[in-house]
Amino acid sequence: METLAADLEWMAWTGPTAAFFAGIALILAAMTAWQTVSPTIERRGFLPMPTTRGDRLFIGLLGSAYIHLAVIGFTDLNLWIAFGVSLVWMAVVMKFG
Amino acid sequence: MDKRPYDNKAWLLVLPVFLIVAISAIIPLMTVVNYSVQDVLGPFQRVFVGTEWFEQVLNDDRLHGAFLRQLIFSGCVLLIQIPLGIAVALTMPVKGWQSSLCLVLVALPLLIPWNVVGTIWQLYARPDIGLAGVAVNSLGIPYNYTSSAFDAWLTVLIMDVWHWTPLVILLCYAGLRSIPEAFYQAAKIDGASAWAVFRYIQLPKMRRVLTIAILLRFMDSFMIYTEPFVLTGGGPGNATTFLSQFLAQIAVGQFDLGPAAAFSLIYFLVILLLSWIFYTYITHTDREDAR
Repeated sequence: METLAADLEWMAWTGPTAAFFAGIALILAAMTAWQTVSPTIERRGFLPMPTTRGDRLFIGLLGSAYIHLAVIGFTDLNLWIAFGVSLVWMAVVMKFG
Repeated sequence: MDKRPYDNKAWLLVLPVFLIVAISAIIPLMTVVNYSVQDVLGPFQRVFVGTEWFEQVLNDDRLHGAFLRQLIFSGCVLLIQIPLGIAVALTMPVKGWQSSLCLVLVALPLLIPWNVVGTIWQLYARPDIGLAGVAVNSLGIPYNYTSSAFDAWLTVLIMDVWHWTPLVILLCYAGLRSIPEAFYQAAKIDGASAWAVFRYIQLPKMRRVLTIAILLRFMDSFMIYTEPFVLTGGGPGNATTFLSQFLAQIAVGQFDLGPAAAFSLIYFLVILLLSWIFYTYITHTDREDAR
C-alpha cells in the first residue's frame, strides 16, 4: 500500500479529489450496470433534443460543474449549497430531461 | 423516434482505445484536478487550499480579457475559414492532374509546423524588411503589427486563415466528391440554378464534413498558442494574448501551478460545453433532415 502511495505521489492526490473521482467512477459503474440490466431508450423530455440516459448524465454532470463554478466565483455561498443544487439539477435532468 | 434498445457489445472493442485515453488524457486530467486545490510549493511540498484558486482565477480581469479576445478570435476564424473553404473547394478541378496539383498545393500549409508558421509570418509581415509589411506600407497604409493592436490582430488572423483554411478546403472537397453524379443530373433536368444546386444538394451533403471542420477549427482556434506566441508574443500589450498564452504565463512564467491548474479546468469546461453545443446542434439538425 505504501509503495502504491509512493508511486502515485506525483499525481498529488488529496482526500477530497480522491472522493470526487471515486464518486464519478461509481456513477459510471452504476450506469454501466443499469445499461446492462435495462438498456436505455432514447426519449425526449424538457431538453431541446432526444437524449439517452448517458446523454442526460453528461448534461447533468456538466451543468453541475458550472453550478459549482458559479457559486465559487460569483457568490459567497457555502460549497455544500452548490452541491445540493447540483443534486437537484441532476435528478431533474435524469428524470425529466 | 427509434424505440429499439441499443446493443452495447461493441463497446468491448473500444476498450484498448479507452486504455490509451486513460493514460494519455484521464490520468493527466486527474493530476490537474489534484493540483487545482493545492498550493504547490515544491516537488513534495503542497498545501491544500480548497477552492481558493478557482475564486482567484474566476475574478481575474486578465482572464476575462483573454477569454473575450479568444471568443472574438474563434468567431472570426469560423466566419472567415468556413465560407472561404467551401468557396475554394467548389472552384477546385474535379479530375485529372489539375485536381492532384491543386490538392498538393492546398495541403502545403498544413505540413508546416506551427512555430515555423509563426516565424514565416513574423518575417513576412515585418514593416522594415518583410515582403508584405513593406508592400503595405509603400501603398501608404501604415502597418506595424508590433505597435498597433489592430495590425497584430489582422496579422494573426490572416496567418491562421492561411495555415488552416486548407483543412476546411480538403474536408469540403472530400464531401463534394462523395455526391453521386445522379444528383447533379436530376438538378440539370429540373433546370436548377447554380445557387439551387449549392443550397439543396451540395450544402446538405457537406453537412457531416462541415460538422467536423467547424468542430476542429473551433477547438484548434480556441487553443491557439504557438503562432501568436512566435509572431507577436501576445502583444502589443495584451492585445493578442489568448487563453493558452495566458495559461502558459501563469504555469511556466510564474510557476503558479495551482492557479494554472484551476484555470486549465475552467478552460476545459468551456471548450467541452461549446463543443458539445456545436456537436449536438449539428447532429440534431442532421437527424431532423434525414427524417
